[in-house]
Amino acid sequence: MNKGLSWFVLILLIGGYVFLYGPILSLIIFSFNVSKLVTVWGGFSTKWYGELLNDRAIMDAVKLSLWIAAVSASGAAVLGTMAGYVLARFRRFKGRVLFTGMVSSPLVMPDVITGLSLLLMFVFLEQVFGWPAGRGKLTIVLAHTTFCLTYVAVILQARLSQLDQSLEEAAQDLGCRPLKTFFVITLPIIAPAILSGWLLAFTLSLDDVVIASFNTGPGATTLPMVIFSRVRLGLNPEINALATIIIGLVATGILIASVLMSRQEKRRQRDMQLAVAANK
Amino acid sequence: MKSGFVPWGERMSSGTRFITLLADRLPPLRWLLGLLPSGRGLVILIPYVWLVAFFLIPFIIVAKISLSESVTAQPPYTEIIRHIASGQVSFAAAPKTGDAADATGGAPPATTTQAGSDQGSVDTPDQSAAIKGGPAEDVSGGFYVKFNWDNYDYLFSDDLYFKAGKNAVFTAFISTVICLLIGFPMAYGIARSPAAWRGTLLMLIILPFWTSFLIRVYAWIGILKNNGIVNNLLIWLGVIDDPLPMMNTNFAVFIGIVYSYLPFMILPLYSTLEKMDLSLLEAAADLGCRPWKAFLQITVPLALPGIIAGSMLVFIPAVGEYVIPELLGGPDSLMIGRILSNEFFSNRDWPVASAVAIAILILLVIPIVAFQYFQNKQQEAAT
Repeated sequence: MNKGLSWFVLILLIGGYVFLYGPILSLIIFSFNVSKLVTVWGGFSTKWYGELLNDRAIMDAVKLSLWIAAVSASGAAVLGTMAGYVLARFRRFKGRVLFTGMVSSPLVMPDVITGLSLLLMFVFLEQVFGWPAGRGKLTIVLAHTTFCLTYVAVILQARLSQLDQSLEEAAQDLGCRPLKTFFVITLPIIAPAILSGWLLAFTLSLDDVVIASFNTGPGATTLPMVIFSRVRLGLNPEINALATIIIGLVATGILIASVLMSRQEKRRQRDMQLAVAANK
Repeated sequence: MKSGFVPWGERMSSGTRFITLLADRLPPLRWLLGLLPSGRGLVILIPYVWLVAFFLIPFIIVAKISLSESVTAQPPYTEIIRHIASGQVSFAAAPKTGDAADATGGAPPATTTQAGSDQGSVDTPDQSAAIKGGPAEDVSGGFYVKFNWDNYDYLFSDDLYFKAGKNAVFTAFISTVICLLIGFPMAYGIARSPAAWRGTLLMLIILPFWTSFLIRVYAWIGILKNNGIVNNLLIWLGVIDDPLPMMNTNFAVFIGIVYSYLPFMILPLYSTLEKMDLSLLEAAADLGCRPWKAFLQITVPLALPGIIAGSMLVFIPAVGEYVIPELLGGPDSLMIGRILSNEFFSNRDWPVASAVAIAILILLVIPIVAFQYFQNKQQEAAT
């Protein structure tokens, strides 16, 4: 049955990729445009990259966003791993239904609602306990940790439920305590999943404009907030240059990661073949 | 060591043994330690408490504030539970006087968000004088719970909110259908392509998702504008003489949503199509079934979990979408998420914004619960 794709499906597939990559390609091309009118080609130039690097507002926002993303992704990785572990391993406990609901709801919850509800809670906390005093970096980090941890939890739950538990059982049979079993056996196995969860959380935090806008305070302007406020005013060649840099970094990172992963996969396959050959 | 005090069961390390020894000397500490959960309980408790604190309680607070009144104070709403000394001026229901027409405008969040926090210390919101209008009345002392349903009445009395809600559901629905129409053949094509290619093809679907969402929406401004790429191309080809107005229309909003959410549709579709048993199609073909009929009667029903999951992942967030209609839409492409943001950032009416949030939640509660139901069912099937 499976004798390649029909022409119809192939054309739709190629069309889909053109739809996905056409706009990105146009951004990159016009970032090298000399004209300030972004979509009218005036000649090749890299001047917008120079202007971008001298733009204090954008550079400060980049630093702040990277810091917020790193801290929130780390918090989300720790909490999300715990939540994923609970979902995958603890079949029965009081309030599991609520817990499952709280983990999967933020995945689809519109940003405006998450943002507003967290802000109102921070205001409430400030009124009652005097903490957190005002809004800024800290409140954005708390908000981002919360919505990112559910993504990490979903990834970890999937990974942990595929995992062969016999290794952990063997360790515990040999007298290893549960906590030590987790750190010595489970953690090294799920480390790649935690890393990809961390990366996803990092990207999500770096990308969020709505939740950050609700929970920010004076002096805490993240990169997406700067981009949003400029883009509302219309096209801006500096944003094209910024987009090209971001796309370049992401593409390079993913290329390196996939090369490393395929190399690891090949090594594992070779090891398995060797093991099979040795057993014969 | 006194007998009977082994709070963590048999799983005691030297560290915990030290604490229990210490606890033996200090009875109150011992009592506190008894309250501590076991290791297993702690693993559950930490993410649980975090999610309750930062996900569940915020919604309760939103519901609470949606029932309070808007005041020109900091924070700009009244308390619904208040202690009133006898004879004091009470808070009375006042008709809302917000100007709904402002909601279409809206200032950028980046410039207005400071407003929420720049007024320094928080005064007690008990400033009766600041409450809009309302006749004063004498009341006796005691605690009063005052639910103010005016914010909800206001949502129903003003056509704007209903229209924005309807428009949001409509836009999200159409976008979901377009996503499905584009996403299904792509997922199908990837799942049926040679196994060596699948990883790369799938990576190419995910790759745009890792680049900034805002920047991907921004890219469409350059394409759809009056002097943008599409219009320039069409004019150059001589197809049209005047630019087609595409920017700031609902058409642009559809494209923006479809473009941004397409990976969310393709990934669950792919995972169900890839698992599909192809021998079923062979059996159908052997029995004389035409390919398109086999597709409709076998492939589509088997892909249904993926279709549902993908559609929910697109539809639910798209209903509350704010950035895309704000950047690509026109003044008439009002969506409920945009209204919420404008009520909050431009009108600074937190109670009405909260009421809008509750309204969106009520609108979305059925799809969200359905999504969780299918999610759980699939997870149970997988394990």
